[in-house]
Amino acid sequence: MTLEANISGSIRRRLTLQLLGIAAVLAALLFVMVMTYAKQVAEESQDNILSASATSILDSAAIQSGEVTVDIPYSALSMLGNVSDDRVFYRVVADGKYLTGYESLPEAYTAKGRENHRFITSHYLGESIRMVSATRRLSNASGPVEVTVSVAQTLKRQRETLERISTNAAYLGFGFFIAAAVLGVLTAQSAVRPVQTLANSVSRRGPQDLRAVQAPVPGEMAPLVVALNRFMARLKKSLTRSEEFIAEAAHRIRTPLTVLRTQAEIALRRVERPENRAALKEMIRAIDESSRAAGQLLDHAMVSFRTDHLEVKEINLLELADETLERLRPLAEMQDKTLSLHGEEPPYIKGDAILIQNALSNILDNAIKYAPQGEDVKITVTHEERWVVLSVYDQGPGFAPEDIEKLTERFSRGKNAEDTVGSGLGLTIAEEVTQAHGGHLKLSNRTNVRGACVSFYFPQS
Amino acid sequence: MRILLFPSVLIVLLVSLVSARAYEIEQHKIFPASQEVQTLRIISNSDIDIFAPMVEAFQRKYPSVSIDYTVVSSTELMKALYEERQVFDVAISSAMDLQVKLANDGFTKPHSSSVAGLMSDWARWRDHVFAFTQEPASVVYSKSAFEGLEVPTSRQNLISTLRNNPDRFLNKVGTYDIRQSGLGFLFATQDARTSDTFWRLNEVMGSLNAKLYCCSADMISDITTGDLAVAYNVLGSYASARAAKDPDVGILELEDFTTLMLRSAIIPAGAEQPEIAGDFIDHLITASWSEEGADYYPYPKLNHSEVAPNLSLRAIRLGPGLLVYQDNLKRQHFLQEWQNAIIQQ
Repeated sequence: MTLEANISGSIRRRLTLQLLGIAAVLAALLFVMVMTYAKQVAEESQDNILSASATSILDSAAIQSGEVTVDIPYSALSMLGNVSDDRVFYRVVADGKYLTGYESLPEAYTAKGRENHRFITSHYLGESIRMVSATRRLSNASGPVEVTVSVAQTLKRQRETLERISTNAAYLGFGFFIAAAVLGVLTAQSAVRPVQTLANSVSRRGPQDLRAVQAPVPGEMAPLVVALNRFMARLKKSLTRSEEFIAEAAHRIRTPLTVLRTQAEIALRRVERPENRAALKEMIRAIDESSRAAGQLLDHAMVSFRTDHLEVKEINLLELADETLERLRPLAEMQDKTLSLHGEEPPYIKGDAILIQNALSNILDNAIKYAPQGEDVKITVTHEERWVVLSVYDQGPGFAPEDIEKLTERFSRGKNAEDTVGSGLGLTIAEEVTQAHGGHLKLSNRTNVRGACVSFYFPQS
Repeated sequence: MRILLFPSVLIVLLVSLVSARAYEIEQHKIFPASQEVQTLRIISNSDIDIFAPMVEAFQRKYPSVSIDYTVVSSTELMKALYEERQVFDVAISSAMDLQVKLANDGFTKPHSSSVAGLMSDWARWRDHVFAFTQEPASVVYSKSAFEGLEVPTSRQNLISTLRNNPDRFLNKVGTYDIRQSGLGFLFATQDARTSDTFWRLNEVMGSLNAKLYCCSADMISDITTGDLAVAYNVLGSYASARAAKDPDVGILELEDFTTLMLRSAIIPAGAEQPEIAGDFIDHLITASWSEEGADYYPYPKLNHSEVAPNLSLRAIRLGPGLLVYQDNLKRQHFLQEWQNAIIQQ
């Protein structure tokens, strides 16, 4: 089974890219719109001044002794020079006959524009020009005469203006894009933040913590959270059921085992033959082992239950260790082993005394069991950074280095403990207890001397 | 010195032997380079005597460039470039309207000058026309001829002085023949545009049988000889040179308004040495527009601001407005009116 998720894509990346795409499209659109508008305005203003120029020339047209004549006002052309230094061309035609100006200048025929002003963009003398043609009717003795005035200007100024605006519009569009991009990235981040928050809060939980997620989540995530909560509830129920089952089973086994052990001891007193006595002793040993395993299973079930409902109080770890020690002393003395306790003040932690006692007695039990006859088991309470460390040292064979990692798994037993009675639950219980208190369990071998060391790390209160 | 050392220097006066050339040359001079590599051909309506220091200063910077300097009237300059498309690298003229027309009609090459920053914006047009002087159109008079009379300060004064003393001024009044002189035409059209007194002045000058001249220099000469008592619209820059030598020559800048002309340079479209031409124009700009000025700059120092310190000074603006009087109909009409006023016999 793999713990890695099967990842395909990222909501945040997809969202970010989409927002960036939208920002780019909008920025481009902005640029195009500004340019279109600027071109329109630039063209319009040039058209207006060309129109004014053409009108003033047209107004100067008159009939003098039967001939059409124009007296171009100075302002007609100088006004074009006021706004730009573009080249200026003009032509005056009366009834299709060239009168004055630039004879080869084309004429705007398309009836685009207002009144009788017609605008075109064309080419003249190798340059693009914008031109207006305007027509007016004069009456001669021989009938009406149509005078057409065309005024044209090159597009240098317009081009320069548009270039300037285009640079500015490009900056504007780019700035818009950057601003939108930053906002887009922030939006994408804030959109996925609830997911991350949920993931963090779930992954921060202890292994036994199967409570429902209570923190508020956005509506879109409600189905996920509901499903998760349901799933955890089911899981918890099934775990509880199996723990209960195990506890019940252990309990039911232990009671007849006690009876069985009593009977076996009575029988042992009665029999004389050495082979029968040996068989009975072996039987008692097996009964002890089963009874101890059942006890540990019960302990473990109790630990599992209590870690969900910790009864946290301030605990003096030294006192607690002392009490536990005293309780186990008879057992140790029976095996001719000394138990000693050394402590540093202050030994206070916050925790569930029953659980910690249970864990410690399991470890001590192991230590007493594995320590050779006549050797000591030492308990110390020390401080390490923010931790209060309760360590149990024995003088047994120590842990096999390759086992250290997995010894805390349920029913796992060290390679060098195969000939000793044990269920393999002691370290598991100890670890679950320390973890339930926000601490951890450290297994090591003693340096310089023979023996193992099990350290409980509890956060200082 | 160099002029004396090289016999190849030649001055051709009013003679043209070169075939396929119809425009009239007034003066021609070659300024040879010490190590000639290239020749820069300049056509100009600035007299050699006045302009030579500028050319020589250029040659000190560019010793490999010979300069072929042709002096023509502004009208002939136009004819040479516009109609005959003669090959020149730089054209210098005081007739701003003709320079603008050449540039507007595509007869010039653009020049992006590295020293354009020195110039005021109004002194150039389209990177084609570069002005390097500001010269007033003045009234030049003989002080002795005005003895016992108040010196007029405005056109109004001048008109009444002339009108009240017909005996003294008959045949002694001179002005440009604007049919010949492009600069005279420019001054006249700008005067007409500015004030109606121009026409009345012309009427009065016509009634005094005004003499018509091609150029400022001739008018100033006639003032010094006593052939003229007063000349109207003479280039002040030329006159002040003469006034310095001849105490009888007086110069008036009329208070009602005094037209300021900008002498300008262009690179004709047919230029064969446009790069050196550009260098030459940069040289003109530096000499005229840099703050420190140049000792070889032969014209009155430029005024950088567009608004002259004296409000009566009216600078002619470079731009398409100058094309108006170059319009055929307008020009004919104007010349006709002018002739009607000034030629009354």
